[in-house]
Amino acid sequence: MTSDNDRRRGLLARLRGRPVARSRGRRRLGAAVRLVAALMLAGGAYTLLAPSASAQDNPPLSTAAADGKALFDVSCVTCHGRNAQGVEGRGPSLIGVGAASVEFQVSSGRMPMARQEAQAARKPVVFSPDEIDQLAAYVQELGGGPVVPAGDNLHADGNVAIGGELYRINCSQCHAFSGGGGALSSGKYAPSLRPATDRQIYAAMLSGPQNMPVFGDNQITPEQKADIIAYIQQTLNSDGDPGGFNLGRYGPSTEGIAIFLVGIVALVFASLWIAGKS
Amino acid sequence: MKRRKFDVAAVPGNTARAVDDRFQVATPLRRLLNKVFPDHWSFLLGEIALFSFIVLLLTGVFLTFFFEPSMTEVIYNGSYAPLRGTPMSAAYASSLDISFDVRGGLIMRQMHHWAALLFMAAIVVHMLRIFFTGAFRKPRETNWIIGSLLFWVGFLAGFTGYSLPDDGLSGTGLRIASAIMLSIPVIGSWVTTSIFGGEFPGTIIISRFFIAHVLLIPALLVALISVHLGLVFKQKHTQWPGPGRTNGNVVGERMFPRYAIKQGGFFMVVFGVIALMGGLFQINPIWLFGPYEAWVVSAASQPDWYVMFLDGSTRLMPDWEIFIPIGDGYVIPPLFWPTVVLPGILVGLSTLYPFLEARYLKDYRSHNLLQRPRDVPFRTGLGAMAITFYVILTLSGANDVIADKFHISLNAMTWAGRIGLLILPPIAYYVTYRLCLGLQQHDREVLAHGVETGIIRRLPDGRFVEVHQPLSAPDEHGHGELPYAGWVVPKKMNRLGALGPAVRGFFYPIEKPAEAPVSPGHPPVEPRAERAEIGSGEKQS
Repeated sequence: MTSDNDRRRGLLARLRGRPVARSRGRRRLGAAVRLVAALMLAGGAYTLLAPSASAQDNPPLSTAAADGKALFDVSCVTCHGRNAQGVEGRGPSLIGVGAASVEFQVSSGRMPMARQEAQAARKPVVFSPDEIDQLAAYVQELGGGPVVPAGDNLHADGNVAIGGELYRINCSQCHAFSGGGGALSSGKYAPSLRPATDRQIYAAMLSGPQNMPVFGDNQITPEQKADIIAYIQQTLNSDGDPGGFNLGRYGPSTEGIAIFLVGIVALVFASLWIAGKS
Repeated sequence: MKRRKFDVAAVPGNTARAVDDRFQVATPLRRLLNKVFPDHWSFLLGEIALFSFIVLLLTGVFLTFFFEPSMTEVIYNGSYAPLRGTPMSAAYASSLDISFDVRGGLIMRQMHHWAALLFMAAIVVHMLRIFFTGAFRKPRETNWIIGSLLFWVGFLAGFTGYSLPDDGLSGTGLRIASAIMLSIPVIGSWVTTSIFGGEFPGTIIISRFFIAHVLLIPALLVALISVHLGLVFKQKHTQWPGPGRTNGNVVGERMFPRYAIKQGGFFMVVFGVIALMGGLFQINPIWLFGPYEAWVVSAASQPDWYVMFLDGSTRLMPDWEIFIPIGDGYVIPPLFWPTVVLPGILVGLSTLYPFLEARYLKDYRSHNLLQRPRDVPFRTGLGAMAITFYVILTLSGANDVIADKFHISLNAMTWAGRIGLLILPPIAYYVTYRLCLGLQQHDREVLAHGVETGIIRRLPDGRFVEVHQPLSAPDEHGHGELPYAGWVVPKKMNRLGALGPAVRGFFYPIEKPAEAPVSPGHPPVEPRAERAEIGSGEKQS
């Protein structure tokens, strides 16, 4: 029997030896200590892990963010609402879109929008770089979100060949092989990449503006982003077109126009001239 | 004094005599060289196609020296940095080598491509000339059919050539072609697998297209072109009606020497235009499209212009899928109608048109004189209708580029194409028909009343009338009796010699203009007499 019981009890119990009977007082004291310890553990974990935002109603804004809020309240509040929570039918909430989104939209002149339409178009920039930083700081402090790394040249160590492959797989469906952009449904479009800066391309990939999908760092790593930007800036935007005038790089459609406007017109005039010499 | 044994000036004559002694070619050759061609600029449009075909053969042979028609995967290591280290097919790598590493390769590739576009464009323009002037009528129906076939064979040549570089664009085109073949009911999957050697893309299609592109299709083109030209020789050229020109003769220049020299010059001009375009305008930058991968499709992927109407018809086609409940069920995909049925109808209609028209008009005589488009309004209207139909389809093939660059909704472009395809061709027919009738009426009016001189005469009773110059002696009503001869009616006074002789030279005179003779209609202008002061008539002191 005994050996059977021993076999049934766990290894730790067998090592500890036979249980020693303890007094009731000691048992109660131990229970109280364990309870206090468990409560402290739970409380501490809650204090450490629970979202702290709800704990404070109004986190103090940094100076830049406060300046940004002043700009926001003048230029953006109509569509994005009093606390950037968005206005139904006019503009989306900006909570959590991050500084990257602000930087892309405002530095390319898309925001403030001229009017409600299928898509905001690139236009002359309204705010100075400092003001854009302040707006970005405000939106960032509202709800966090993606941020573009520092620096103006984000493709310094990019690999053009890898970038080209990634570009053709991920970007060319909409922005076209040439980076010239293309049509989407119902008046929406993928814009030309020609005027885009490194930071704007990076911010667009991070934030997925308008109809563009988000290419987060899990899908396209920061190194791959640098490769893509290198391909766009060094190949698409600065390729000298070895074949001559590129006809806008719209593919065969403008080539078809060229053969009629240049080739056929020139040769019809030549045939008029030759037939007239008799 | 030693006499010269060798007389250089006599060499051509002696050689010719020697050749004739052996082969007896003088009589047929004289007949050939004396053959008469009518001279009109519109007869040279077909030559543009012929000459660009010669350029295609020349540049194409150059390209075959360097092109490797194989889908074996290689790692690119040429001089185009943005693709270095990328795995790709040997065909694409060798196309890149032609573009970047072969001396003169890029301009040859571009000339080849421009010449292909020009070949097809010239075929279409030439065909329009034949159509609108009625040159396809009996006895030339066969040549019309051969010409239509030349368009479709050229279409195949263009498509196979477009597929050869194996870049992203040509692979996308091949993918669509395989889908079109798959859409054919019953035999579709067998057609596709036998052409591609299995599933798309397989490993054999580039080699097969290469042989088709450099051997089979060019041989067919050469054969068709030879028969086409042979029939022009045999049946003689059509000509415009005019003085001395009848249905039974040909008025023009002898083939040798003037016509041949002019044609040689025109070939040089065509070659020059193609070379200029190949050197100045970049066409199909294959290095930007990258190697073809099944998961890579660029925006604005379009076929060349002569295939674009099929792309357009596909884009405009609603998604009407026909489900036939036989056995497990059978589906005719919507792609079948715009890409197989529509071209089938177009081939049938275009080749049979001469017979359809002859039947409709009950006109089975031979015609060697051309008609002005205005004189056959229904045919001109039909042509305008066909052009409108084709242009709408072609524009719809590029509707995403148009939508993007002109800031129009792509959906609006699609619907505009769908509605326009149904509504605009009849409108084009009606407008063209009325225009033709109006032009006819004006011709008859000028023949009856004379040319407008631009001189307004005031009659004693105060009315103003315009003075007309009759073209023939008028009858008692002031009407001419000239019949319409089917050719240009002069409508401006300078066509009647009212102006002095033209000063020769382009932009600036190369001769001193002669003193213009005073026209009897315009008496020499005297300086204006001093006006007397208007007074009451009474003499003032």
